[in-house]
This record gives sequence, structure tokens and C-alpha cells, in this order.
Amino acid sequence: MDFTFSEQQTMFRDMVRDFAAREIAPIAAQMDREADMPETLVQKLREGGFFGLTFPEDLGGLGVDTTTYGLVVEELSAASAGVAVMICVHNSVGSYPIAMFGSDELKARVLPRMAAGDIAAFCVSEAGAGSDAAALTTAAARDGDRYLLTGSKMWVTNGSRARYYVVLARTPGSVGHDSVHAFLVERDAPGLSVAKKEDKMGLRCSDTCVIELDAVPVPAANLLGREGDGFKVAMKALDGGRIGIAFQALGIGRACLEASVRYAGQRIAFGEKLWHIPTVRDKFADMAARLHAARLTALHAAWLKDQGRPHTKEAAMAKLLATEAAGHVADEAIQIHGGFGYTKDYDVERYYRDVRVTRIYEGTSEIQRLVIARSVIKELG
Amino acid sequence: MNFALTEQQRMIQQAARDFAQKELAPHAARWDRDEEFPAAAVKKLGELGFLGMNVPETYGGAGFDMVSYVLAMEEISAACASTGVIMSVNNSLVCWPLETYGTEAQKQRFLVPLARGELLGAYCLSEPNAGTDAANQQTTARRDGDHWVLNGMKNFITNGAHADVLIVFAQTDPALKHKGIFAFIVETRSEGFAVISKEKKLGIRASDTAQLAFDGVRVPADQQLGADGAGFRVAMSTLDGGRIGIASQALGIAKAALEAAVAYAKTREQFGQPIAKFQAIQWKIANMATRYEASRLLTLRAAALKDQGEPYGEQAAMAKLFASEAASYIAEEAVQIFGGNGYSKEFPVERHFRDARITSIYEGTSEAQRMVIAGHRLR
Repeated sequence: MDFTFSEQQTMFRDMVRDFAAREIAPIAAQMDREADMPETLVQKLREGGFFGLTFPEDLGGLGVDTTTYGLVVEELSAASAGVAVMICVHNSVGSYPIAMFGSDELKARVLPRMAAGDIAAFCVSEAGAGSDAAALTTAAARDGDRYLLTGSKMWVTNGSRARYYVVLARTPGSVGHDSVHAFLVERDAPGLSVAKKEDKMGLRCSDTCVIELDAVPVPAANLLGREGDGFKVAMKALDGGRIGIAFQALGIGRACLEASVRYAGQRIAFGEKLWHIPTVRDKFADMAARLHAARLTALHAAWLKDQGRPHTKEAAMAKLLATEAAGHVADEAIQIHGGFGYTKDYDVERYYRDVRVTRIYEGTSEIQRLVIARSVIKELG
Repeated sequence: MNFALTEQQRMIQQAARDFAQKELAPHAARWDRDEEFPAAAVKKLGELGFLGMNVPETYGGAGFDMVSYVLAMEEISAACASTGVIMSVNNSLVCWPLETYGTEAQKQRFLVPLARGELLGAYCLSEPNAGTDAANQQTTARRDGDHWVLNGMKNFITNGAHADVLIVFAQTDPALKHKGIFAFIVETRSEGFAVISKEKKLGIRASDTAQLAFDGVRVPADQQLGADGAGFRVAMSTLDGGRIGIASQALGIAKAALEAAVAYAKTREQFGQPIAKFQAIQWKIANMATRYEASRLLTLRAAALKDQGEPYGEQAAMAKLFASEAASYIAEEAVQIFGGNGYSKEFPVERHFRDARITSIYEGTSEAQRMVIAGHRLR
């Protein structure tokens, strides 16, 4: 057991912390208010290599390991969870399916562009297919050497900024997992449109869209894996994605704890700083302990992934624990701030809204519990 | 034990529900988005007698009991929690202390129009440096002939930007600490009074929460409310009743979130069946419903004690502590049951989640309620 970070991991974390403090934190509240992210920031993220974090160096990426990736996401998220989720989705569920299941030709053509900052998105959910991803109805009709995709995808993070979409669709009229296929679809494909941007509680600078597909032609060469691999592609991608979301939640949680300790050091009640009030100290202890436990779980899941070991259960545990811990911490952060925490003058108000979705997307807490329970029963039953 | 509502209580509940569904529910999402004060609806609430529910009819009120007030507050808040707090403040924090501590002349001049809804009231206790530590009042009151002169700043004042009449607490002699605090009735048309800013908030966005400045505001001596040095007692006893109002507001939010979650769970299909068929969802609904019912009983009990003239401070604190935390829990679980839809402003649980959060902060945080409860039990 070695709990120290490598020199490279520490270096990345510190660089990103500086970058986030300089370029993101100062505009985070404004981006939330305006529900938008300036293109200048996206461009700086491109120049900083954030869109190539997990991509191999020979394809123009930075090739960082999952632990480093987690630390980077945590730092970004502590400044703006909306920025973090854009980077997360791009580096995991948006691109991982191509890296894992794409043909060599597809990888060679697309991954360098993604690494350079052509943004990727992941289209699984539909109006009637959330936790039950296999219930998706988007159709992929074979038409010679191409498929025609028709349907409507919801909750697509990066929906309007993306150049590439991983889309799950099924053989028309089929049911179940086995007839679901995964495709890479490009933004300029005819028939693909961004129908709507969601008006959300939090993560407001991240664009969450409905993507409409109207007989969108997709070359057979853009099939990821084989026909019927779609569900496997999605599940593998989500294993990695969940580690990212765990670190996103941890970043928000850390920001909450830091803001609360800072506030409590300045706020006087009953003649002393809140630091000296026992109930506030108890809150700090629980906040810090829960975040720490969740963080170790997330780091462990990242380590397993880097070792090439199975990590489905651990990734689900990391997401479950980190998102629930961060939810608790954000709630307590508001409580420590009192009435001020309920106002937009303080960042904790935004953290509280942002953190809420982490228990919902890329698998709700209930789905993580299903995944964990299934693994536990398989191991011990 | 009799848990049945009287005929009159049921009628009031129904009237509140009808009003809430017709006049509030269709607009609540827009008021929230635009931070729009529901002025027309508040006026109609006044016409229904809901702004002075517990005030005797001789003073312009409806003369209803506290249990009826809880029932009405719940219905109003279920449709629009912002309207709920506007109503709660006028009833509990303004009319009640005027009725309880006011002179006959003060009642005729201020209570009657406030209870009728012709004027709107606000309660000014919190300051930038006096929240949970409310005794730390920095606003000063200096006697000058037959007037008091008020100087200071109040913040987080519900109805602050729309009120006509304020109950203001101020320190007359810091050496006396809380015994130097006096209460005053202040008209917002007074010279030297100003609304400095309105808070941008997480929730209850249709209710205005203002920062108020008092710069040499002259208040006639006959507008002192209660005895010399009794201000802190006026403030604290008023909050006892206020807490029943906020507990009822929390109940309303919880009820709305629970009902929305149940309806959604029965219609939303995943894995080939309504999600209500899944045990994970059933357990959530069971826990939500249990906490809601327990909150309701605590709140009604506190109200019934008040109606019977019994001490109710501890019960009110328990009701507020439990109901507000239950409301957040229930709204949180409702969002979870809705999944991604719960995070979207197209569904009301997103608003319920944001609105619920304030109920464990204002009119005494959960921590302050625990102090009150422990104070009673350890006395």
C-alpha cells in the first residue's frame, strides 16, 4: 500500500488548481447566472489539453492515468462543476467507446480531433429510458452500407457544443439488450439537430440538450464494436464515467468544506467565531470524514482501472459514496452559512444546486446500489 | 384524544385548497423564475381573511383557531411556498405581537388594517451580525422627547420591500444586553427608512427578502410595542408562534413533493413496469409519507396547545425542527424519484427542493430549535 501521489499526479493537480483559480473560479457565478460558458474559456481548456487528458500521447492527448484524471476533475469541479462535467463527459463516456470499440480507421481519424478539443457527447437516455437504458427506442435501420438513425435523445451533456456523439440505437422493432448498437455520429450529419437546451436546477453553464435524429445516415464504419454490442459499450463507458462523476462530486464537496471553514472563521456569534461552537465543529468533522472516506474509495477505483483490473463494483461504490457525501456536505455548508447560504452572494448556494445532479446522472444512486449488490451476491452468494 | 377536524376547520382547509389551486399553483413556477412578488394573490388572501386568520373579528381578523391556520398555511404553501411565507409573516410575526402586546390604540390603528390585508407587515429582528445570536442587536433606539430615533441595518426581512408596517427591534442600552432591547411599530413611509437591496435566493424567490436601513428614523413614543426592555421577550415569544407557521409551510412543501412523487411513480415506466412497483421506490415513498405524517401531527399538536392556552414553545420548536428537515428530505427524495426530470425546471419538484431548504434556516435554524428544546428539557 502506498498512499502518496506520484510526482506527475501532484504536478497535474497543482497546475489545474492554479488554472481553475485563475480562469474558472472568477467567472463561475456569472456562468451559472447566465447559463452559459464563454467560448474563450472552452478555448483555454483546449489549449490546456483538458480535452485530451485521457487520450494516448501518440494521438495528441496527455495520456494521464485515471488517478490523475480524477484529481484534475476534482480541481475543475471545485471551481465550476459545470466545466468539470463537460471535461468528464468528453474524456470518458463521449470518447472511451471509440477508443475501446472503434475500428483502427475510426480511431485514427477521430481521436486526435477529440484530443485537440472537438467535443464529444454521449446519447443514451430518452424520455422513456433513464435508469432502464435498455428501454431505448431510437431506431437504427440498416440501409446498404449505412444505418439510418431516428429518435430523440435526452439529457445529452455537451449537446450543443459537441462535434461528435456516441449514440445508442436499436434494430427497428426489436426489444431487449441484444439488438442495441452503438454508433459514432458527427454533428454535421444531415437530420441531426439540437432540439432544446434544458433549464436546470444546477450545472447551468453546462449545456444539457435534447438531440433529435431524423433518419440520420451513419456509415457502417462508425459502428462501435459489433452489432448488438451497444449495451456493453455503454456499460463499459459508464464504469469509467462513474469514477469521473465521483471526483466531480468530491470537488464540489471540498469547495463546500473550504467555504464553510473560511466563513466560520469570520462569522461571530455569541461573542466568538463559529469555529469555537461545538455543533459547528461536529459538522466540520463529519463533513471532512465523509469526504475523505469517499475520496479513498474513488482513488481506489481509479487505481484498479489503471491496473487493468475489474472495477465495476468499486466505481459504483465510489460514485454512490462520493455523491451522497458531497450532497450531505453541501447541505451542511448552507446550514453553517445560515441565511447567507441561501443567497446567491455566497458560492455554497450554487454548490448545493450543482451537487444534486451527481446522484442522478450516469446512473442514479439506486442504480449504483443495484450494481454493487449484484457484484456482492456474485462474489459471496 | 380527538384527531378529527371540526366542520369549520375542514371548510377552511377546503377554501385554502381551492384558492391555492386556482390562484397560486398555475403561476408559482413563473413567479419563482421571475422573482415576482404575487401582489394580486396576496391581496385576495387578505380578502379571504387569511392575512389575519387568528386575529379576533373585532380587530378585523377572521377569528379562526391556530389549527385552522396550520391547515390553511399547508395548502397555500403546497401551491406556492413563497406566498406561504408572506402569509406566515403577516399572521404570526406581525399580527400576533400586535394583538398580544399592543395597546388598544395601536390595535385600532395597525392591527385592524393588517388583519384585513389592507396593509402588509414585516418583522425586523435579524441583522448582518445578529442571526441565531439574535440578542446581539446593533440597531439602536435613542429617546428624543416624545420620539425614539432608530439607527441601524436589518437583513433577511421577508416582505421587507413591500411592507407598510414593521415590527422593529432595537437596542436602547448595550450595557443592559438583551434587557435593553425594545420593540417598535415603524411605518415604512417614515423618513430615514430605505430598502437597500433584495436578496437573490436559492428558493422562495417570489417572496422578497430585503436588507433595510434605518437612518435616524423617528418613531413616536406611542409606537413602542410592549414594555420597556421587553423587546427580546416580544421577539422570542413571537417566534414561538412563527415556528408553527414555518412548520406548516414546510408541511405544505412536503405534501406537494410527496404527492408529485407518488403520481410520477405510478405513471413513469422503467424496466417494463411503473417504478412504483420497485421496492426501492416503495421504501422511499413509505419513509417520505411517515415523516410527513409525523411532521403534521407535531405541528397540529403545537397549534392545538396554543389554541388551548397551554405553553407551546417547546412543541413549536419540535414541530419546526422536524417538519423543516422532513420537508427537505421529502423534496430531496422526490427529486431522486423523478431522476433527471427532477433536476429540470419543467417539473415542480425542482422548485420544492429549493424552497424546502430555507425552512430549516429562517425563524430559527435547526440548531436554534435544538437549543430551545434542550433548554426546556434541561431546565
